[in-house]
Amino acid sequence: MGHSMKRKEDARFIQGKGHYVDDIKLPGMLYMDIVRSPYAYAKIKNIDSEAALKVPGVVAVVTGRDLEKYNLHWMPTLMSDTQMVLPTDTVMYQAQEVAAVIATSRYAARDGREAVKVEYEPMKPVMDPYKSLSPDAPVLRSDKPGKKDNHIWHWEVGDKDKTAQVFANADVVVKEQMYIPRIHVASIETCGCVADYDKVNNHLTMYMTTQAPHAIRTVIALVAGHVGLTEEKIRVISPDIGGGFGGKVPVYPGYVIAIAVSFLVGAPVKWIEDRSENLQADSFARDYHITAELAGTKEGKILATRFKVLADHGYTDAAANPSKFPTGMFSIATGSYDYGTAYMEADAVYTNKPPGGVAYRCSFRVTEAVHAIERITDRFALEIGKDPAELRMENFIKKEDFPWKSPTGWTYDSGDYVAGLQKAMDAIDYHGLRKEQAEKRAKGELMGIGISTFTEIVGAGPSKDFDILGIKMFDSAEIRVHPTGKAIARFGTKSQGQGHETTYAQIIAEELGIPAEHIQVEEGDTDTAPYGLGTYASRSTPTAGAAAAMAARKLRDKARKIAAYLLEVSEADLEWEPGKFSVKGAPEKSKTIQEIVFAAYTNHPQGMEAGFEATHYYDPPNLTFPSGAYICVVDIDKETGGIHVRRFVAIDDCGHIINPMIVQGQVHGGLTQGIAPAMYEELIYDEAGNILNGTLMDYLVPTAVESPRWETGHVVTPSPHHPIGAKGVGESPTVGAPPAIANAIVDALSPYGITHLDIPITPFKVWKALKDKGAI
Amino acid sequence: MLKQITVTVNGAQHTAEVEPRLLLVHLIREVLNLTGTHIGCDTSSCGACTILLDGKSVKSCTMLAVQANGKSITTIEGMIQDGQLHPLQEGFKENHALHCGFCTPGMIMRASELLANNPNPTEEEIRWGISGNLCRCTGYNNIVKAIEYAGAKMRGEETASTEPQFV
Repeated sequence: MGHSMKRKEDARFIQGKGHYVDDIKLPGMLYMDIVRSPYAYAKIKNIDSEAALKVPGVVAVVTGRDLEKYNLHWMPTLMSDTQMVLPTDTVMYQAQEVAAVIATSRYAARDGREAVKVEYEPMKPVMDPYKSLSPDAPVLRSDKPGKKDNHIWHWEVGDKDKTAQVFANADVVVKEQMYIPRIHVASIETCGCVADYDKVNNHLTMYMTTQAPHAIRTVIALVAGHVGLTEEKIRVISPDIGGGFGGKVPVYPGYVIAIAVSFLVGAPVKWIEDRSENLQADSFARDYHITAELAGTKEGKILATRFKVLADHGYTDAAANPSKFPTGMFSIATGSYDYGTAYMEADAVYTNKPPGGVAYRCSFRVTEAVHAIERITDRFALEIGKDPAELRMENFIKKEDFPWKSPTGWTYDSGDYVAGLQKAMDAIDYHGLRKEQAEKRAKGELMGIGISTFTEIVGAGPSKDFDILGIKMFDSAEIRVHPTGKAIARFGTKSQGQGHETTYAQIIAEELGIPAEHIQVEEGDTDTAPYGLGTYASRSTPTAGAAAAMAARKLRDKARKIAAYLLEVSEADLEWEPGKFSVKGAPEKSKTIQEIVFAAYTNHPQGMEAGFEATHYYDPPNLTFPSGAYICVVDIDKETGGIHVRRFVAIDDCGHIINPMIVQGQVHGGLTQGIAPAMYEELIYDEAGNILNGTLMDYLVPTAVESPRWETGHVVTPSPHHPIGAKGVGESPTVGAPPAIANAIVDALSPYGITHLDIPITPFKVWKALKDKGAI
Repeated sequence: MLKQITVTVNGAQHTAEVEPRLLLVHLIREVLNLTGTHIGCDTSSCGACTILLDGKSVKSCTMLAVQANGKSITTIEGMIQDGQLHPLQEGFKENHALHCGFCTPGMIMRASELLANNPNPTEEEIRWGISGNLCRCTGYNNIVKAIEYAGAKMRGEETASTEPQFV
């Protein structure tokens, strides 16, 4: 632990020997392509497959009517809503799946797709979530009996009356309307699968891009059990995954159609979506309209916050939150600050946009929450004319006050926010920058400094509150140590680049003393790995990492018994140091872990089970609360609105660090996925429901040129309830970076009366804001 | 309808009968079964399919296989020589310049032409040089470091420490 071991998985990736889903080729494999709707909202009048079926190589065209015969045309979402697999009557968003073409080659399938003729009767779509709630809006989900409007759910937390009272009596109240735009993970590998149904043995092997293979197996069994595909007949294999970030958690219609076709045809079926399909139809993230308010004293003490959210979920609620949390962990929006009063509410609505609300390297709405609190805190500082660093320092929850109970009901495990911000300020020379800024302002130049001091909430989660479709959110590890002292370990999670093969091996090495080089880590095969809920929401280290340590400790207990037997002493007389047990006071009398394991197979005590393996299902007692202090410096060209991120320092507290190199890599990557929505990315729709930037030509994923040279560092406050004190890190930077950047830009523009700009903050938005204020 | 083409891939000659519309990346992946070259988009934006064509980096989704007739192709599988990793492959591993690995082959192929043309690039030249290749995982810091490492190694200089630097 704490060692920057080079990654074990890299050998195959740098040599082109990674094994991704599109690399799979099976004998007799068919290819599937999907006909998609050009309209956002339309009735399907007719689907004519005749010409398509004449295309050489085309085997079949599958429509919703075909699936309806098997009751497979609808499926449940993870949020207990319903989603079409293929439509029978109506399409609800542009690029929705309308029919599938099956052919003997990829090219023939595409030819067939072009030849399918669909007749639509377009209708006027509902694209604005506010208009969706108006009484004259059409009821989009008329498939639901009794549904009379487009409202999905209402959620609230906190003390509404007390909050209203504090606001009414406060010296200072600030308010901003914020939009956290709809964005897309755009992992470089798109989604896809090979569904391989074996008719003879009634067995399905499903190779697919999934971050949660075990949960997916259960979902498939729930959807297809009635046609004989019960859970023991299903094997889900998640091969190497080319980036996930939450976009590979949901079950997409393409997967289900591929399974249905393989089941009916009895041949393997490959479906690989192209990038445009991926951007236009797969789950989006965010799309929260937030009204944020803060009440405080004129000296700068935060007294209360109030947040009202309108969530645009598209045509179905296909988010991937724990069941009891329709807004995910949005209630972390009270942030890193010590005050006792808050109220939050959210309403979700249907529109004619693709479904989702899942993820973008943060699935549980923490990014939205952190953006709201960090922006409104800066707004407060601006209002009373106080330095935002000083204001934060004065309002932080103090390190001696942990565990700290938040006004929305969370118990923060640990943190040292003052140390984090101080470290970031020292690293970037905060006071020097403020001096420079004052000089520049005097000359009319625009320079901004933005701070974000966020608290994350990850590691879902304790079984008391956390489940997905009823399955508790534990995770698992199984360790088998072979007679020669080398091990294989399997997990319920699934790496998509996080480096589990290395990190988990390091945890076990630390606990058992077997070198990490000799611990092989496997994930992603439901036939071999223990059940777990998968990798997303920064949960792998908090849950499966903990399970690895706990399983290893079970083995260490067994090792102690064997060592006592071999050394003919009592267990109490032994002491452990990594790799061996020795007799207290007689260190020359010892047994290495390798000798002990060998004995477990060759010379184990009578009455003890032979072998050396253990499994642990870890149910975390609490969530973990990583935190960070980020500072960003921007220079803005007044004439063009061009924004240059000059420096960005990120100090993270993710508890004990297992592999500093991997943690730093996660922070770098997350920061680039933070600058992306802050300055570049947004899925834009017009009123007719057309997506205006549904390809990588116009959806701006940052390149190495847009991405600044990140500067990173750490403060360590171990999680007191995690076996190795770790907290998880993957999403912190994506959560923390956008408000730091937005705060820096607004700080630069604040002399001209600009108090807020919605992300992505583009040069045009900056230029227009300056123009509107008469600054240029 | 089918056209016969001959290409040299990683030093070995291959002859294939292909549809004129077959993309070069599909020839490489599906006809020659060299799956290290990846496909990440449909607009020539991401660079996951980058290979060397007669020494020049090319997005192989943007070319037809027939256009490669008579030419020499190097893919990621051809970078290892006599069991020795190419300095870029070593640099990527040593500097943690990959997470999921999907963009890595294209990134390495692009960087190999960059270093061939400019053996000692500045950070800015590296960043612009790989700006046709997208990576969603790493934030690029370590990719830049890996290319600097490989450049130093190929120039016969000492390579800098690969340990992570913290403020």
